[in-house]
Amino acid sequence: MELQTGVKRPDKESQNNGYYRSLTRKMVASILLVSITPLILISMAILYYFEASYKEKVEDYLKVLVKKHRGQIDGFLEQRLADIMVLTTSYTMEQLGDGEFLEKQLAKLHDAYTHAFVDLGVVNDQGVQLAYAGPFKLREADYSKAPWFKEAIKTDYYISNVFTGLRGLPHFIVSVRRETKGHSWILRATVNFEAFNSLVQSIRIGETGCAYILNTRGDFQTEPACPIAPSSGPLKDFVQAAEMLTTRVHIIERKDDFGTELLYVMAGLKGGNWLLVYQQSAADAFSVIYQARTIATVIFGVALTSIVAVTFLISRNMVRRIALADRQKELMNDQVIHAGKLASIGELAAGIAHEINNPLAIMMEEAGWMEDLLEDEEAKGLPPLDELTRSIEQIKKQGRRCKETTQKLLSFARRTDLEAETVHLNDIVEEVVNLSQQRAKYDNVTIVPNLSQNLPPVTLSPSEMEQVLLNLISNSLDAMKPNGGIIDIWTYCDEDHVLLDVEDNGPGIPEANLPRIFDPFFTTKPVGQGTGLGLSICYGIIKKLGGDITVSSTVGKGTAFHIRIPKAQE
Amino acid sequence: MKGTRVDGGKGCSILLVDDEREYVAVLSKRLRKRGFSVTTAFTGSEGIQELRRTDFDVALVDLKMEDMDGLEVLNIFKKMVPELEVIMLTGHGSAHAAKEGIKKGAFDYLSKPCDIEDLIVKIEQALRKSESRESEA
Repeated sequence: MELQTGVKRPDKESQNNGYYRSLTRKMVASILLVSITPLILISMAILYYFEASYKEKVEDYLKVLVKKHRGQIDGFLEQRLADIMVLTTSYTMEQLGDGEFLEKQLAKLHDAYTHAFVDLGVVNDQGVQLAYAGPFKLREADYSKAPWFKEAIKTDYYISNVFTGLRGLPHFIVSVRRETKGHSWILRATVNFEAFNSLVQSIRIGETGCAYILNTRGDFQTEPACPIAPSSGPLKDFVQAAEMLTTRVHIIERKDDFGTELLYVMAGLKGGNWLLVYQQSAADAFSVIYQARTIATVIFGVALTSIVAVTFLISRNMVRRIALADRQKELMNDQVIHAGKLASIGELAAGIAHEINNPLAIMMEEAGWMEDLLEDEEAKGLPPLDELTRSIEQIKKQGRRCKETTQKLLSFARRTDLEAETVHLNDIVEEVVNLSQQRAKYDNVTIVPNLSQNLPPVTLSPSEMEQVLLNLISNSLDAMKPNGGIIDIWTYCDEDHVLLDVEDNGPGIPEANLPRIFDPFFTTKPVGQGTGLGLSICYGIIKKLGGDITVSSTVGKGTAFHIRIPKAQE
Repeated sequence: MKGTRVDGGKGCSILLVDDEREYVAVLSKRLRKRGFSVTTAFTGSEGIQELRRTDFDVALVDLKMEDMDGLEVLNIFKKMVPELEVIMLTGHGSAHAAKEGIKKGAFDYLSKPCDIEDLIVKIEQALRKSESRESEA
């Protein structure tokens, strides 16, 4: 029942909902764009630079490692070569050709290098082994067809590829060629393959790192300690170029036949005949990078989720507030329009009233003059005198009605003229109640003031406030005719306002009339009995004070007007 | 209304200043009928000229006139003849300007249209006031 001065527009509301939804969408989109874009860019940049620098670090480390091992392996081979070279320079072919002497030398070498050599042999230029010391029975063995012999007889020093040879076991040979009496002969030694193999295999890092040696044909020269793709294809092009890698170390990343991304670190050995390969799966070598990537992804995911969630929450909240502010603005607009309407009607009314007032005054004075004349002696006996007198009286009566209307209009329009004072509302209420008691008694109505004694003062024009109260009481009295009733006047206060309620137990106001009740010239009274200005004047006066006047009413139970006035500034 | 005729105006002189000629005409007739001696003026300056020529007991001045504001006329009247009692007539129902007039020395105000009886009561009160002042003096 509470009257809101704002006008509700249901059709506009649904239109607004669409507007607010699109506003929410736009806000969400722009917030997400500006927050997620930099997040993605920064994450990607940091990850990229971190990965690049970390990869470089890992690769550098692996290069150093492989270089170091190349040195070790090359050193091992050179040492073996040096060992037998010492024998060829220290002893003659005759001495070495003696099997027992050779056994002694082998034993000496065993003592010095813990089984670095498996056996020793002296081979003439026809490929026949003249003497042999070792675990196999290879004396008189013919090597003339063996590939190693063909190579070894051509050069002073030779280290063969790994091969199985006569003994059926993988091994390789270190040989030195000498010349005695125009005939070349070779001192050859079989290097302990196990020792060499474990030297190479000892290069192990992480879970998948392993090292092996390939010859220029791509054959394994040591047993790889990790699973190798059957074709070992990826390195075919590099074994050819092993010669170029004798001083450098090369690193590549390739997929093997199993589809695993592998990191290959390669270095040339043995003057470019062998290629030392260290391989490790990229995932293993760069595990920290992969870990960082995972962590970054998780953090990114969490951040993204929370940004999206917070964005939605904030946008929805803000839009809700905007909607609220818009509604308040609309309400205020309505009130401003209402107030403006009242003001312009007031101006119009004042103009009309002013224009009517002067002719009215003349008319009434003329009527009075006629009355004066009729009272003169000469007029006595003028028929029908009584009728003239009645007619003049009627003119004056209607003139007074006009005057009342114009004066109400004028006071409605020019209410700002009155000066405001700081007063106690209760004093005004009491005065008005006293003024109204007489009429109320006549109308069989009891006015009951229920005044709170602790009211703060208010700043207003007392005569205006009196007018408001008189209007409200007068309306109630009229409404309760002819049965009478009770008018309760309550005063009380809250933190910032002084409140005043005027309640009657009259017939009430139909709901349809409630929204128009403060409009100027709205009246339900019979023509001639009400101007329809009383409540507009009240509304204007209270609004001007920065207060509020509302009405609640139930048909058959009564009507209550609620006034709210800000308390006086201290 | 008939029984309230006031006849105490004999010999009392009134200056009526208002730019509504018809109003002045009928009001002066009614006042003269009741025994007042009425001089009329239709503008503020005419009123001042009349006051310069003759002494009046009471002046009735409209608040709003074309050439001069009623309050200005009041000011000048009070300066010329301080003991002259002035009753303001307001055409526009505004009590505010009339109250302003009272502050400036007017005896009282009445809003048009007014009952002749009310006006005569006010005039008589003003007369009594000036008489009592004279007897004091």
